[in-house]
Amino acid sequence: MKYIEEFQDPALARKLLDDIRATVTRPWALMEVCGGQTHTIIRHGIDQLLPDEVELIHGPGCPVCVTPLEVIDKALEIASRPEVIFCSFGDMLRVPGTGRDLFQVRGQGGDVRVVYSPLDALRVAQENPDREVVFFGIGFETTAPPNAMTVYQARRLGIPNFSLLVSHVRVPPAIEAIMRSPSCRVQGFLAAGHVCSVMGTSEYPELAERFRVPIVVTGFEPLDILEGVRRTVQQLERGEHTVENAYPRAVQPEGNPAAQAMLADVFEVTDRAWRGIGVIPASGWRLSSRYREYDAEHRFSVTGIDTREPAECRSGEVLQGLLKPHECEAFGTTCTPRTPLGATMVSSEGACAAYYLYRRLDLEQKTVSREGASVV
Amino acid sequence: MCLAVPGKVLGIEDRDGTRMATVDFGGVVKEVCLEYLPDLQVGEYAIVHVGFALQRLDEDSARKTLELFETLGLLQEEFGDPWEPAEPDANGRTEQPADAGDGAAAQEAKR
Repeated sequence: MKYIEEFQDPALARKLLDDIRATVTRPWALMEVCGGQTHTIIRHGIDQLLPDEVELIHGPGCPVCVTPLEVIDKALEIASRPEVIFCSFGDMLRVPGTGRDLFQVRGQGGDVRVVYSPLDALRVAQENPDREVVFFGIGFETTAPPNAMTVYQARRLGIPNFSLLVSHVRVPPAIEAIMRSPSCRVQGFLAAGHVCSVMGTSEYPELAERFRVPIVVTGFEPLDILEGVRRTVQQLERGEHTVENAYPRAVQPEGNPAAQAMLADVFEVTDRAWRGIGVIPASGWRLSSRYREYDAEHRFSVTGIDTREPAECRSGEVLQGLLKPHECEAFGTTCTPRTPLGATMVSSEGACAAYYLYRRLDLEQKTVSREGASVV
Repeated sequence: MCLAVPGKVLGIEDRDGTRMATVDFGGVVKEVCLEYLPDLQVGEYAIVHVGFALQRLDEDSARKTLELFETLGLLQEEFGDPWEPAEPDANGRTEQPADAGDGAAAQEAKR
């Protein structure tokens, strides 16, 4: 994507941008919560097309990035066991644990398999009754219902050799944690559209009211992002702070009740540590006591793992919107997608990866021209 | 991870007591669980995430999104060989998209 002409509907993109420009009278900082939205923004240069007054701060909504190092290390230990077939989404393969990743475990003989759906992992368990099949259950409210259904099916079909390594996280407590931070600059949120496809919008009015921030449910395509920004800026300029749905084609106010009912049955809310951020109260799910036997941590008693974060990695600040990826000293030098220090550089939704893939040449040119200027 | 792709239901069947469908994503056909959208019918579109239909979508929106994803190579990312991006290339580098560094062009367009 090089020019606004390359948007799917350039005339509409231009109209939305003109509208934002005509509305904005002072600087505003908005946070897009979801990593998928971050990639759209950087890939299409949306942050550079917007008027200078509108700053987009990248949020912590990359489930791969916020999965704690301790959980990654547990996954690596379980995946290394000879009796285990470890199934995962492809995103997790190169996320660095302490000293290695799943890709390397596979290279060392571990049976690590990538699946498209958790139900594929359940099929692997059915086909391999003499092996323990573990699925790495990470993700936000969008991914939790598929994983919940898979555990439910494992019990219904009587498949004893399947278990889930769970590290699910929830968006609303993360928004609360961001707003409570003393260094918070966020004045409005673009809420993650597909999370709301499942959960609906009922969790957000209370947050919008309590923190006096507009929350606009936003989709993932370039025009969706522009519309989300336009509506958030409109609210901010009017001094309003309500919840709006700018993604009605995929989000109903009530969400998907069947998925919510399954979440309530299979999981229970728990405190969860977020990589680079720390523990956020009630911000995650674990398997409920009714399904505890399908909990891989319980089944494999993975404890006493010594985890060590690379001191150089500043992904925690990136995930909290306190640092832009290219402001990290390691960016593009000691930390690249090939040799990542942190998950934000490998994940398909990580902010560091987005900047490296779509903004690096631009940043390098700026550096060169700055160096050139200093010589003159 | 939260990428959800619109797909069209080609056929529906009961498998082991679970409502499953074959779904077409712009040419890629996958098995999809319909338990969270039990009323979905053949010919209808839904947003699908990791093999589960999560929300109905109208045909026009679905087609536009699929077109865009196709252009951006997102369908390949979602349904392609997952080991490929993890493998280093011969030079030990990860793949760079053709449009890397386009931020500069966007800046240009802005001016």
